[in-house]
Amino acid sequence: MTQSVVVQVGQCGNQVGCRFWDLALREHAAVNKKGIYDEALSSFFRNVDTRSGDNGLDIYKGKICSLKARALLIDMEEGVVNEILQGPLRDVFDSKQLITDVSGSGNNWAVGHKIYGCQYRENIVEKLRKAAEHCDCLQCFFIIHSMGGGTGSGLGTFVLNLLEEEFPEVYRFVTSVYPSGEDDVITSPYNSVLAMKELNEHADCVLPIENESLFEIVNKIHQMISSGKLGSTVKQNSLVTSSTGGAKTLQEKPFDAMNNIVANLLLNLTSSARFEGSLNMDLNEISMNLVPFPRLHYLVSSLTPLYTLADVNVPSRRLDQMFSDAFSRDHQLIQADPKHSLYLACALLVRGNVQVSDLRRNIERLKPSLHFVSWNQEGWKTGLCSVPPVGHSHSLLALANNTCVKPTFIELKDRFMKLYKKKAHLHHYLQIDGMEQSCFSEAISSLSDLIEEYNELDATKGGPRIDPSRLKIAV
Amino acid sequence: MSIVTVQLGQCGNQIGHEVFSALCSDIHGTHGLCSKKENESYRDSCKERFFSEEESGVPAARAVLVDMEPKVISQTLSRAARSGLWKYNSHSHFCQKQGSGNNWANGHCVHGPRHKEAIMELVQKEAEKCERLGGFFTIMSMAGGTGSGLGAFVTQCLRDAFPTSFLLNHVVWPYGTGEVIVQNYNSVLTLSHLYHSSDALLVHENDVIHKICARLMNIKQISFRDVNRVIAHQLGSVFQPAHTAGGGSGYSRNPLGDLLEPLVPHPEFRLLGLRNIPQMAESSLAFSTFSWPGLLKHLRQILIAKAHMEEGIDWQVRPPQPGSSIPSTNKPLHFNTSIANLVILRGKDVHSVDLGSFQDPSLYTSWLNPQDAFNAWKTPRAFNKYEKSAALVSNSQFLLKPLDSIVGKAWNMFASKAYLHQYTKFGIQEEDFLDCFTTLEQVISSYTNL
Ligand SMILES: Nc1nc2c(ncn2[C@@H]2O[C@H](COP(=O)(O)OP(=O)(O)OP(=O)(O)O)[C@@H](O)[C@H]2O)c(=O)[nH]1
Ligand SMILES: Nc1nc2c(ncn2[C@@H]2O[C@H](COP(=O)(O)OP(=O)(O)OP(=O)(O)O)[C@@H](O)[C@H]2O)c(=O)[nH]1
Ligand SMILES: [Mg+2]
Ligand SMILES: [Mg+2]
Repeated sequence: MTQSVVVQVGQCGNQVGCRFWDLALREHAAVNKKGIYDEALSSFFRNVDTRSGDNGLDIYKGKICSLKARALLIDMEEGVVNEILQGPLRDVFDSKQLITDVSGSGNNWAVGHKIYGCQYRENIVEKLRKAAEHCDCLQCFFIIHSMGGGTGSGLGTFVLNLLEEEFPEVYRFVTSVYPSGEDDVITSPYNSVLAMKELNEHADCVLPIENESLFEIVNKIHQMISSGKLGSTVKQNSLVTSSTGGAKTLQEKPFDAMNNIVANLLLNLTSSARFEGSLNMDLNEISMNLVPFPRLHYLVSSLTPLYTLADVNVPSRRLDQMFSDAFSRDHQLIQADPKHSLYLACALLVRGNVQVSDLRRNIERLKPSLHFVSWNQEGWKTGLCSVPPVGHSHSLLALANNTCVKPTFIELKDRFMKLYKKKAHLHHYLQIDGMEQSCFSEAISSLSDLIEEYNELDATKGGPRIDPSRLKIAV
Repeated sequence: MSIVTVQLGQCGNQIGHEVFSALCSDIHGTHGLCSKKENESYRDSCKERFFSEEESGVPAARAVLVDMEPKVISQTLSRAARSGLWKYNSHSHFCQKQGSGNNWANGHCVHGPRHKEAIMELVQKEAEKCERLGGFFTIMSMAGGTGSGLGAFVTQCLRDAFPTSFLLNHVVWPYGTGEVIVQNYNSVLTLSHLYHSSDALLVHENDVIHKICARLMNIKQISFRDVNRVIAHQLGSVFQPAHTAGGGSGYSRNPLGDLLEPLVPHPEFRLLGLRNIPQMAESSLAFSTFSWPGLLKHLRQILIAKAHMEEGIDWQVRPPQPGSSIPSTNKPLHFNTSIANLVILRGKDVHSVDLGSFQDPSLYTSWLNPQDAFNAWKTPRAFNKYEKSAALVSNSQFLLKPLDSIVGKAWNMFASKAYLHQYTKFGIQEEDFLDCFTTLEQVISSYTNL
């Protein structure tokens, strides 16, 4: 089996990452009852013997001794990482996996990318290589970061470039939290647009996330629970809704519920690579199927059901609801409406007791309400993993390569232009070595080009379909 | 003679397992409905073909398992071992850590050359275990990366290493509405390569088998396992021992040759479809009786009307009137013209069955002798709980429409250049695609003009 390494950068990256490791441990604990270090566990965890001598045989026999996350934690301030190290997950990381500084990047992409990038380059490469050495078949790096700050956005995309240089064969998946309209970081449009250029050029796949969407989903779940509509039947220890029962005992932090959703996204994305099923979907199949043109690699995701009741027998109607919801606006992890935009490709990753006939039925049912680009009318990719998420009987992750990401990018561009026209805060950036005015103009034109590519595809929507004429064979 | 099966990729391995299970449970069944002697020789013949005797007493499948990821093979091996009836040899599988990612070019151009030696060594070892080697049977899907890309590569290697052996590829046609987005590209690449190296392609369409599961088997929630069991049953109904027409009293000793020689009289026509009758849920079987004339009347109409199963047959379709069969464009629209057909009958009273309706010259293309175009195999040994059953292997226009549809969709995508960068990355260029399209357009045109 293959392994993946998670690189979590900045406050947001580390907080989301922290939720991910907690839930990943819980998922494997639920599946792996024998305490044996198995292939599935090895994809995200190493098994190391930390004790000296006395019982070295355990690890030899395949028993779980001490699990270490295949992760690199990077932040240019110490607060978040220190908190993790004092928390219940402390044993999952050791000091060789951390890179911190004291002052942060001050919400400045250039500080993260240029200053800290230069300064920590060797250190980062060394730790990445170390992590890679621990893998026998490293398949994918997952970067988790936010776009709006300085460290995650600047240094995070610097790491992305390093990965491409050092490990060109290994996939680079990036989970990027986009700033919302009322973001408290004034310079977030600059940081995001500068980071976008790097994502355009160096990522294999980007999973954009908007905090507004996470917030609404969390609210919806809480409303459902407190309104009593679902009453006591809500499974309290499902991974989406709660943190109880896990390693965590401290009080919940404000972002935790939101970050759990992102953590679940990553768990479901990788489930078929870790566990068996009747139609496996390895990580390398994601970009192969969902990325028709190299730059169009932004995948809008949705997770359903958000509040599953644990049924033994899945009633068909509710199962179908899960598929319908995956296409509705309020289940998307960004503010977008895939149904009214154009699909280039769509993947359905299903877990649990769901069979190929359920997939066929739902694809046929939903297809008429969706628009697919003319050359990919049957643009569906499906995966069936037999292990459901903890506390659920089934779940679905839909990944859409859809022009509905465009509004997010346009809005970002507008907010960038508003600042840029007034040259507001520009000097904070330009005073940094290696930052030129051209960095800004190139970044904004990279974004504009991307928007234009989506525009061109959108323009084909609803038009007459003319199939290219086939090769003629002289008889 | 023995057949070495090569299972490739997830689909190939999952189906292969069901095939050996079906063969094994059939020969262990108590429902043979024939003489003890017949039953024993049937069992021996099946074992010679598909299993090798092991010291442990548990027969081992003559199979090589290949995948580029470990999960499917480990699951398949342990399932077989659990059955207790048969197993796979402990050293006849090859897997790597990371699949081909649905990329035909990755399977064919990277994994193929890299692992050729190891895979061929396993095949060689398995072949050497056969006292007499009758040929190779490979099982694969054409939509993924491993079964299709590596499978096409391995097929070519088999052709090179065993130039005189028979080589039959079982190919699983993807669902029309997609499981893999680049399935049409992968299929075009697979089919055109196999057309050059394999003796014939025996095709199962997932959509068709799915429908059989829903309508005939009455399965509510259909899994790949259900689909695979139907496929395995159909394959078993062809490959279990049977007597050929001129073959004397013993069972045919050259199953692949006896199948391929009459069915593929011309290298341009290598696509074989498979139908069988009856097919139903086991629970209904006890309440049903069948007559040979009834079964064969349905089977013949399935053939000429291009039906997928005994339900929903268009009974209006008739063979063209004699004399008007040339030129071929005048043929009735939905009529299926055949190159060659093979019917296999199993069960009670097979020897009195009249197959004249399949020998009708109007069923066949004009350039072949109808006597050569039709063959029949029979055995009084009932197959897999069916008192009477018939299978049809047909080289005809069965696959013309599905092929045309796949090539059309792939061509649409190709015109937009979508996904091509994923293939060029591993060495498959636009010109290679064009060559493959040309090959298949030629096949389409040949079958169209029958
Ligand atoms: N979903 C989510 N968003 C977060 C979290 N923490 C911060 N953010 C968002 O991330 C953006 C700010 O970036 P941070 O990650 O705090 O910044 P940083 O990468 O640490 O960079 P500097 O602090 O400038 O060094 C804002 O848009 C926040 O709303 C979190 O835990 N979860
Ligand atoms: N009938 C049937 N079809 C299957 C099965 N498993 C996969 N398929 C079909 O096979 C195609 C996918 O190919 P796979 O066999 O999974 O791919 P692979 O050969 O393992 O190649 P990679 O995974 O890309 O390395 C799709 O068309 C599926 O519908 C199965 O067990 N039975
Ligand atoms: Mg910070
Ligand atoms: Mg596979």
